[in-house]
Amino acid sequence: MNVAGLSIAGIQAGLKSRQFSAAELAGEALRFASEENPKTNAYLHLCPERAMETARRVDAELAAGRDPGPLAGVPVAVKDVIVTRGVRTTCGSKLLEKFVPPYDATAVVRLEQAGGVVVGKTNCDEFAMGSSNENSAFGPVRNPVALDRVPGGSSGGSAAVVAQGTAVVSLGSDTGGSIRQPASFCGVVGVPPTYGRVSAYGLVAFASSLDHIGPFSRNVADAATLLKVIAGRDDMDATSAAAPVQDYHAAMTGDLRGVRIGLPKEYFAGLESETGDRVHAAVDVLRKLGCEIVDISLPHTEYAISAYYIICTAEASSNLARYDGVRYTTRSSDAATLQDMYRHTRGEGFGAECKRRIMLGTYVLSHGYYDAYYLKAQRVRNLLTRDFQQAFEKVDAVVAPVSPFPAFKLGEKLADPLQMYLSDIYTITGDLAGIPCMSVPCGTTSAGLPVGMQILTRHFDEPGMFRVAHAYERAVTR
Amino acid sequence: MKITEQQVRYVAELANLTLTDDEMGHMVHDMDEILSHMDKLNELDTTDVEPMAQVLFESEETATLREDRERATLPNAEATGNAANSAQGYFKVPRVIEK
Repeated sequence: MNVAGLSIAGIQAGLKSRQFSAAELAGEALRFASEENPKTNAYLHLCPERAMETARRVDAELAAGRDPGPLAGVPVAVKDVIVTRGVRTTCGSKLLEKFVPPYDATAVVRLEQAGGVVVGKTNCDEFAMGSSNENSAFGPVRNPVALDRVPGGSSGGSAAVVAQGTAVVSLGSDTGGSIRQPASFCGVVGVPPTYGRVSAYGLVAFASSLDHIGPFSRNVADAATLLKVIAGRDDMDATSAAAPVQDYHAAMTGDLRGVRIGLPKEYFAGLESETGDRVHAAVDVLRKLGCEIVDISLPHTEYAISAYYIICTAEASSNLARYDGVRYTTRSSDAATLQDMYRHTRGEGFGAECKRRIMLGTYVLSHGYYDAYYLKAQRVRNLLTRDFQQAFEKVDAVVAPVSPFPAFKLGEKLADPLQMYLSDIYTITGDLAGIPCMSVPCGTTSAGLPVGMQILTRHFDEPGMFRVAHAYERAVTR
Repeated sequence: MKITEQQVRYVAELANLTLTDDEMGHMVHDMDEILSHMDKLNELDTTDVEPMAQVLFESEETATLREDRERATLPNAEATGNAANSAQGYFKVPRVIEK
């Protein structure tokens, strides 16, 4: 059995024809994951007991003639910022090294109810802060496509395990590009849906007005299947949307005739040439499929980095205040007073990037700076959102690059935090507006490094986004 | 300079964060560079633009309200189970009030 080659549809067929059982598949996925993981460090820990228990339940339901659900037997990996009851959840942080959550995230509950088999938790930048996965307290992840390069971040592990084939699909989280950028670097599909489409209950908070959960997969249909399972209103998350979950697969007709695609000129200026070539070639494919290609402008794009890093650090400084040595496992041993306990626990526990963001966020929220930074950034966020609203009056979808360049070498950008922030330019805008925006592989550079194309649509137009992605994928893989 | 070492020390105090001397040096440099970049926002006139705190979409007014019914909560032992130091259902911290 070759786990690396399986799709969700392939697994359903295999289970039905009794080629393999869910337990056999889970066992093989776990074996393959432990064998491959030393190469990439993509899993922080596997959870064989939980996986085998779910797989045996799926087999029992199949034996009884019941339908275990659309993810029956599918090995799923979960980013380690998404809590799992009884299974260690570290957020890539020393502070939570021993944290064992007492409850499951809603997305995890839903995917297991649909028959999905959680096989392990994936490495990520500490508290999802980073663009290279080098900020994990447990070592960086290596890109399975090129082991001397980063897998992207912050959901680097979730992208890597799908690219490597040790999981069929995975869950990541996106705040400023943390699903799309690693998906593009590792050559897989990554989908942050509309903000609020998937319950964030159990997603450890980084920047709450931006954080959202979404799937990684090796093909567009699998991402749609997983998203459909985890999407929908959840009473445990007041920001989760009540809008009905649409039938994403029905939208994948392969027919793109008359679809208007906007190319924002601001997104094509600073690209490395090979990245630009691949995205333009993909746009040509869309044109041949009958799309009308329209040049558009998203005029406030150049302000997005500043607005984003003010908002996300402000929210992060507030969210990370809870790691004070009281409730969460790790406490400094050097603490005679309560104040020292807070300060030393945090000083010893947080890595450099988390400290930088806590400091920036505290500064922009502090007395005398709140209006000039935080409130100003929120106003600019509104302008960036309007840019998209105006664009969607003219076009059905926006197509853009995901990252200005393909996967870079480990260590290459680590010394310059501002340069690392600036590399998020094409992904943060979609998060600020809260619109669905996915990354689809669109070829490789001459050095064999994957390039991703980004597809963005209106709030809750996941069907439109999947329609374009699926037709493109079908045209280039045929 | 956007920010001085003295300001960085003050912010670290607000954030309850101990920084080593080495970290302090880097922090002053990085914050100065990043905050200078953020000044770019001042190029924009945002006088009549509403601040956007959250992504909102059209929904029924009561969409986020639920009935006020009692629901099961985490048992005390589980809620305190991850604490570095707890006893008898409470979190233990260093003494706060002197005798």
